[in-house]
Amino acid sequence: MKKVYGNAAEALDGLLFDGMFIAAGGFGLCGIPELLLQAIKEAGTKDLTFASNNAGVDDFGIGILLQTRQVKKMISSYVGENAEFMRQYLSGELELEFNPQGTLAERMRAGGAGIPGFYTKTGVGTVIAEGKEHKDFDGETYILEKGIFADLAIVKAWKADDTGNLIFRKTARNFNVPAATCGKICVAEVEEIVPRGSLDPDCIHLPGIYVHRIIQGAHEKRIEQRTTRKREEA
Amino acid sequence: MPWDRNQMAARAADELEDGMYVNLGIGIPTLVANYVGDKDITLQSENGMLGMGPFPFEGEEDPDLINAGKQTITELARTAYFDSATSFAMIRGGKIAAAILGAMEVAENGDLANWMIPGKLVKGMGGAMDLVAGVGRVVVVMDHTNKHGESKVLKECTLPLTGKGVVDRIITNLGVLDVVEGGLAIVELADGVTEDELRAATEATIVN
Repeated sequence: MKKVYGNAAEALDGLLFDGMFIAAGGFGLCGIPELLLQAIKEAGTKDLTFASNNAGVDDFGIGILLQTRQVKKMISSYVGENAEFMRQYLSGELELEFNPQGTLAERMRAGGAGIPGFYTKTGVGTVIAEGKEHKDFDGETYILEKGIFADLAIVKAWKADDTGNLIFRKTARNFNVPAATCGKICVAEVEEIVPRGSLDPDCIHLPGIYVHRIIQGAHEKRIEQRTTRKREEA
Repeated sequence: MPWDRNQMAARAADELEDGMYVNLGIGIPTLVANYVGDKDITLQSENGMLGMGPFPFEGEEDPDLINAGKQTITELARTAYFDSATSFAMIRGGKIAAAILGAMEVAENGDLANWMIPGKLVKGMGGAMDLVAGVGRVVVVMDHTNKHGESKVLKECTLPLTGKGVVDRIITNLGVLDVVEGGLAIVELADGVTEDELRAATEATIVN
């Protein structure tokens, strides 16, 4: 089966529909599927629900889909960096479901692993627990959280082979692995597609079974908070 | 004189023991890393890293290498990377010995509020709820009172909680308090702070 496509628009052809549910990888602006997000913007698909840890910034990441009002709902743990997001949220144009970060990651992992729900102690006694089933195990209280089953997963990796085996680089792995697994279809954008056999099979971060379509492209990889130390201090 | 930010961070570093895996929150907790001395401490960053190093030199920033505050950082010889689900599995699973984090309010029963002020812009809890529910020991570092002079060490939290009954120790500019049966116990006073001053600044029940 051919998994390699020419560009982001081709890789998303036939997969997008209004009202769909998309799981996206990335943490802040690190390891986000920037090319696929741009292609979704250009496709004009509307009423999207995104499971994504963050919502990008105003002009990068999911932020570009907020500018065009293509997003109906976000499921995220932290959205602090996006002024347009806050404006739409406060005016009631955008739905927001806060998930604790680990709960969001586990909901994706569970969905991808065929697990419809799991119990966690995260959020017990907080607003997050309201309306959720509570259950005691060995004297401790847990709440039921549901697995995420998305229509589409979009992720960004460092390298792929043509069978979809992926490796990530440093902290850009983040939500990309659990997000990739919880989509019915997963499209991955990578910095480099390498020949079959050139990735070490012992060092594959995400096996190609989870990845259906791949594109290679140039990434801006924007830095959100550039922090440095002076050499004299070293 | 109450402790300043760096003195509070230095005192919090005393909580850490050789060999510990630790998660440090944003703000004063980040400064704790400067005071661990010779202790062999491994810092976890919940976006997917164990063995977090210092900020990079100018020109060596890597967009693929950030901490949970989205700041550019560096790796160490011991560093390991992993995905977010694995990261929170080790947090929820109790593998991280301690979290040191800031707070808006702490109550005498260990309740913690540090993510949301109703009516103000809500940015989200990030990984804070998972951390306080999962790690072995939660140490809060914060000013004892808010900018209006009101106690942040309360009988009950007024803000929405991050976790219920999760705090073990509170380090403030006035001293150190432990959450114990029936309320808080004074562990030590900041240099030059009297016990009366600390009691006067504390709304919570002090049991000793």
